[in-house]
Amino acid sequence: MARFIIRRLGQMVFVMFAVSVLVFLIFNVIPNSDPAVRMAGRQASESTIQAINKEWGFDESLPQQYITTMEKVFTGDLQSYITQLPVNEEIIKGIPRTFSLAIGAALLWMFVAVCFGLYSAVKAGKFADRFLTIIALIGISMPVFWIGALMNHYLGFKLGWFPNGGYVEFTEDPVDWFYHLILPWTALAILFIGFYSRVLRSNVLDTINEDYVRTARAKGLSERQILLRHVLRNSMIPIITLWGLDFGAVLGGGAILTETVFDLQGVGQYAADSIGQLDVPPVLAVTLFAAFFIVALNAVVDITYAILDPRIRLQ
Amino acid sequence: MIRAIDYAREALCLAVCVAAPLWANKVAHTTPTENHLSDTIQINGETKNVVGLDGVPIGPTWHGEFFLGADPNGRDIMVRLLYGGRNSLMIGIVAAFLTTILSIVFGVIAGYFRGWSDSIIRAGLDVIWSFPVVILGVALGVALALGGIKLGPIEISGDSLWVPILIIGVVYVPYMARPIRGQVLSLREKEFVEASRAQGAGPFRIMFTEVVPNLTSTLLVFFTLLIANAILLEAALSFLGAGVRPPNPSWGTMIDDGIDRISTAPHLTIVPGVMLVLTVLSLNVFGDGVRDALDPRAKVRLER
Repeated sequence: MARFIIRRLGQMVFVMFAVSVLVFLIFNVIPNSDPAVRMAGRQASESTIQAINKEWGFDESLPQQYITTMEKVFTGDLQSYITQLPVNEEIIKGIPRTFSLAIGAALLWMFVAVCFGLYSAVKAGKFADRFLTIIALIGISMPVFWIGALMNHYLGFKLGWFPNGGYVEFTEDPVDWFYHLILPWTALAILFIGFYSRVLRSNVLDTINEDYVRTARAKGLSERQILLRHVLRNSMIPIITLWGLDFGAVLGGGAILTETVFDLQGVGQYAADSIGQLDVPPVLAVTLFAAFFIVALNAVVDITYAILDPRIRLQ
Repeated sequence: MIRAIDYAREALCLAVCVAAPLWANKVAHTTPTENHLSDTIQINGETKNVVGLDGVPIGPTWHGEFFLGADPNGRDIMVRLLYGGRNSLMIGIVAAFLTTILSIVFGVIAGYFRGWSDSIIRAGLDVIWSFPVVILGVALGVALALGGIKLGPIEISGDSLWVPILIIGVVYVPYMARPIRGQVLSLREKEFVEASRAQGAGPFRIMFTEVVPNLTSTLLVFFTLLIANAILLEAALSFLGAGVRPPNPSWGTMIDDGIDRISTAPHLTIVPGVMLVLTVLSLNVFGDGVRDALDPRAKVRLER
């Protein structure tokens, strides 16, 4: 077991390294323009450009620049080109907001999706199933920022049932924190509820025909016990894999659209706000941050499986 | 397809959503970028300003010109919707096509040759797969907006429609190439491939005449769902400022413009959004139906 965990963690470090190289290449090789010229503004003199080149290290070789950039990321010296503020501090400021959004939404979408998916499968082919299927398809067809903006406007601004965007610290006022997050949680959860309930529905329909379910029924267990103990448990495995990855993505600022439309000022929104000015370091740091959570959660999911199912360790 | 009649409603809805933008220049009384700030129109004998004195544009008139209202520059929303639909659909279809081609190339090579080419391709796909789709799109969008692309003789400027097409085309590749690879792994062991090999066919001949034709149903389902997801991602990137650049209209940029003014003119947000949802929903239902008809056990999922 220990060997499996070490190997999996080693793999994770390797993927993270490849990810960081890719991110570096995206921002340093793809752009077809000189960053120093861009920073110096219009009509900058040759000496200003050279000074910027020297200060930011744009004139060094690519591997050297990669090492410097990564050093800056880890030591917290990475600065925004535009505001000159340290990027790491801004990200740390956004973490509680992003995590609040991610944890609440992930619990909400898992719970609702399991209810919908199970009910849909039990009523397969009936009206309730068709209705839930249509709802799920509408859910995955809506842009999250669009439904978020409409909810914010109609439920928040027009009807005044909910606050109109913004965020309150949990430590300041837990009730207000919850109240401010109801709409963002719902908006973010809609898409995932659509996906998960459909995946769960098809898994349940597959499992229901397994031999052990027939055995359970033959033993005289109630339908309720069969569904919850035997069917649901086994149908949950693929969903939990998805959940781990999606939860990682949202923790890392992947809910950039939801954060922006509800003005939560989280990690994702920090990147979103930097796009307009083409401010590279914040976008670079948030991209790395997001990838880290996906890679880490992926490793956690694999290790959990290996603990639960010994066959996986040998593969 | 087999039960095409069951999906007639979605197909019709899709046909309208796709066909209407194609006729945009025939039915439109103005261009999508022309301002009508000081124009007035007659509705039921009353004269109304297209853009009010307080800067609030007219809402849906449900008559001829400005059928769905105007935006704060006095541009006709209906006309912009149709022209924007051209861009959104074009980006969706071309990006989905690009993803499909790249996925076939990588998936088939990795699955057929296995060995080191498989290891390299899988590692590359794993790395791309380690990013949330929107974040990777944003990162690429910022990088490309800085100076466009210059690849030898091909030069694409930063505000070209090709930028979102390329971004969207690339980010979905792992989601499609992985399942293709899996299918190729089992296809290559089938008797008909062995028969072809025994007849002396080379690897590339086998790939194109035996393997790829057997992927058709998977490709068809994926292609439909990819268009739906590409349209959604285009809207998301345009909303964040990393997709289609103004003054080019697309459903995404129109929603983005609308959200800034949602309190005074909600129709600016609702109209393009409804159009987008209808198109994506029809594609999703359609793709779903095709999948159920062709291969009920396949599990296809793109979004993260």
